[in-house]
Amino acid sequence: MAETLTHTGQTEPRPAGWRGIAADWSSDQRAFKNVSWGKAMMWIFLLSDTFIFGCFLLSYMTARISTRVPWPNPSEVFALRIGGSDIPLILIAIMTFVLISSSGTMAMAVNFGYRRDRRKTAILMLLTAALGATFVGMQAFEWTKLITEGVRPWGNPWGAAQFGSCFFMITGFHGTHVTIGVIFLIIVARKVWRGDYDVGRRGFFTSRTGRYENVEIMGLYWHFVDLVWVFIFAFFYLW
Amino acid sequence: MVDITPADGIPPAEIAEVELYHPHSWWTKYVFSQDAKVIAIQYSATATGIGLVALVLSWLMRLQLGFPGTFDFITPEAYYQFITMHGMIMVIYLLTALFLGGFGNYLIPLMVGARDMVFPYVNMLSYWVYLLAVLVLVSSFFAPGGPTGAGWTLYPPQAIMSGTPGGQDWGIILMLSSLILFIIGFTMGGLNYVVTVLQGRTRGMTMMRLPLTVWGIFTATVMALLAFPALFVACVMMLLDRVLGTSFFMPAISEMGAQLQHNGGSPILFQHLFWFFGHPEVYIVALPAFGIVSDLISTHARKNIFGYRMMVWAIVGIGALSFVVWAHHMYVSGMHPYFGFFFATTTLIIAIPTAIKVYNWVLTLWRGDIHLTIPMLFALAFIVTFVNGGLTGLFLGNVVVDVPLSDTMFVVAHFHMVMGVAPILVVFGAIYHWYPKATGRMLNETLGRFHFWVTFLGAYLIFFPMHYLGLMGIPRRYAELTDMTIMTESAHHLNSFISIMAFIVGFAQMVFLFNLIWSIRHGREAGGNPWRATTLEWQTPQTPPAHGNFGKDLPIVYRWAYDYSVPGAKEDFIPQNMPGSFGPSREPA
Repeated sequence: MAETLTHTGQTEPRPAGWRGIAADWSSDQRAFKNVSWGKAMMWIFLLSDTFIFGCFLLSYMTARISTRVPWPNPSEVFALRIGGSDIPLILIAIMTFVLISSSGTMAMAVNFGYRRDRRKTAILMLLTAALGATFVGMQAFEWTKLITEGVRPWGNPWGAAQFGSCFFMITGFHGTHVTIGVIFLIIVARKVWRGDYDVGRRGFFTSRTGRYENVEIMGLYWHFVDLVWVFIFAFFYLW
Repeated sequence: MVDITPADGIPPAEIAEVELYHPHSWWTKYVFSQDAKVIAIQYSATATGIGLVALVLSWLMRLQLGFPGTFDFITPEAYYQFITMHGMIMVIYLLTALFLGGFGNYLIPLMVGARDMVFPYVNMLSYWVYLLAVLVLVSSFFAPGGPTGAGWTLYPPQAIMSGTPGGQDWGIILMLSSLILFIIGFTMGGLNYVVTVLQGRTRGMTMMRLPLTVWGIFTATVMALLAFPALFVACVMMLLDRVLGTSFFMPAISEMGAQLQHNGGSPILFQHLFWFFGHPEVYIVALPAFGIVSDLISTHARKNIFGYRMMVWAIVGIGALSFVVWAHHMYVSGMHPYFGFFFATTTLIIAIPTAIKVYNWVLTLWRGDIHLTIPMLFALAFIVTFVNGGLTGLFLGNVVVDVPLSDTMFVVAHFHMVMGVAPILVVFGAIYHWYPKATGRMLNETLGRFHFWVTFLGAYLIFFPMHYLGLMGIPRRYAELTDMTIMTESAHHLNSFISIMAFIVGFAQMVFLFNLIWSIRHGREAGGNPWRATTLEWQTPQTPPAHGNFGKDLPIVYRWAYDYSVPGAKEDFIPQNMPGSFGPSREPA
């Protein structure tokens, strides 16, 4: 559905701006004219997921501002000792860099997908998945480091117990999102590589044919997960 | 503005994305079905099944309250478990699942003129995850320590302490897990309902031609997608508090003289999260009822709904407002007076759109050709009940009146009237209305009228005295009142009176269930459109509608859903898919 079919079967120019929005919403068949079902569904899911992360972050902030014992200093907790000096937040900086880069490769994959360049699309998606997996790997390293230093969900050596609880809960929930993303990136990359979207091969579970747009829908999810990380980075590590 | 009325003689453009999975075996046709109508029946049957459990629990509670000390097996602990599970099941696993999973699945595709939900496979998964959630919930009855007895609001710290049944056993863990599963399952279905309404309509079907049923379910689903996340987060955090020993909601606290490990958490935070979900939840249950009852009234009074646009905007307005009123459940938790002022104001503002709706229902009835069919009886009963329940809401929305009434039987009576009895009356009306479409046969009229009168009058005999008890200060959630002197003499036997009424009303529901099963085979043949209604679900080529709903061609919609008694038309209803212009329609331009 590249454009809207009007009842005469012709595509007709649509008004722009607010007038256009009003016209679309008062029209039949679809409210978002050029948006497929899958893409609309992903956007609405992401809206719902935003509320989940929003609640997590608000709860964390409530805990942090209302605690009566000191909150551990993230700059010190998340410092790595490299070459004899403590570099604050270095691992988090690298993780953030990796994840933002993966958004770039994802965007390129979407572009090549619409050009029907199967090879480049699949490679870029796999690269995105690899960067995502690297991110999760570094997160596992960070968890291990903190656990060996004595951070537990119920307490830590430096201050408020909620530090560990919030840290494991929020990064764990985000890491789960990244992991699910990596799995689906690999699945979609395989479909692209095999040419499923060209020959109209049906999905194993859904028995529906897919389209190259699925790469973009996958990309929406991936960019969302990156965006959430930016907020976690800002509110948990930089605060 | 794009002209949305299609000209005659143009073939309906089939939306390219419709690819239905056609079942190959009995299993894929009736069990793992991707047909929204089968999924709707599955949802409804499961919700009814678990609802029966909640009904039995309410009888056990009434046995205890009406005849305290008579039944040894109802210990105070058991009473708390009954009260908790009754509330949770009725609100979430019965009403939410029935309105959205049941009626939503059945009616949305049919009413908007779609072949199915947009993603039938995801829709099917939604049901199976819901079933899993129900099974986890049921399993807590058999777990060591039994189900949780924390009250349906599950307030910490007591919810996970050893003094509460299930608090340090499996009860609370299974409850929270079940809720998390329910939310996951609901999200899969809810995304489908929203996208189907927004993007899957047939030609000529604009948003402002949708039947109000669809508007109600659609708005409720959008709200649920935004409100359930708060409950999800609250459940995850409480599960961590209980299992891993974190202190999100647990302050420093001692139990049986021993200091617990928890420290520094905030129970109030849970209340905020819970009620940010909990208040919209009230309207998640109420808005589909509003929508359905509008269609029932219009159809059975043979008159267009009064003020269709106002009705739509009232639904949307109530939905939006309900997100900024949640702390009126927390007046007694303590808050800054300005917050109390803010939340009391927003709460009372909701009375405006709801009053608009009530006036419009009444004005729809005004000088209508009222057929006192069973769906109409239930619809009328709903209006009365909703007004009664809503008026006591004005009491409780005001801080100064709420504080003395809080945690009394008055609150119990209020929310049972407004979000228990009122929506369930609509559920019954809707079942009597759409049962002929789903089965091809009418429900038995005599049994139906018996069911209606006993349920309607019985509900008032149960809940009106409860207001009175509440005004006297009788607290809720007490298994037994040992000191009767706080009641006036005349009220001493009210509790046993209420209990007996509850058993009678419960018995009427058994008659209803019998009617449901008996009429599948023995009901009167209904034909395709027994109520002579305009909406698309009554215009299907087969009854019950086949997979794909509309045969070869999708219907084209030429008018709104309320062209009843149009002067000049041959019949007193004009189906939405009938072309041509007849007399002066009242459809808003």
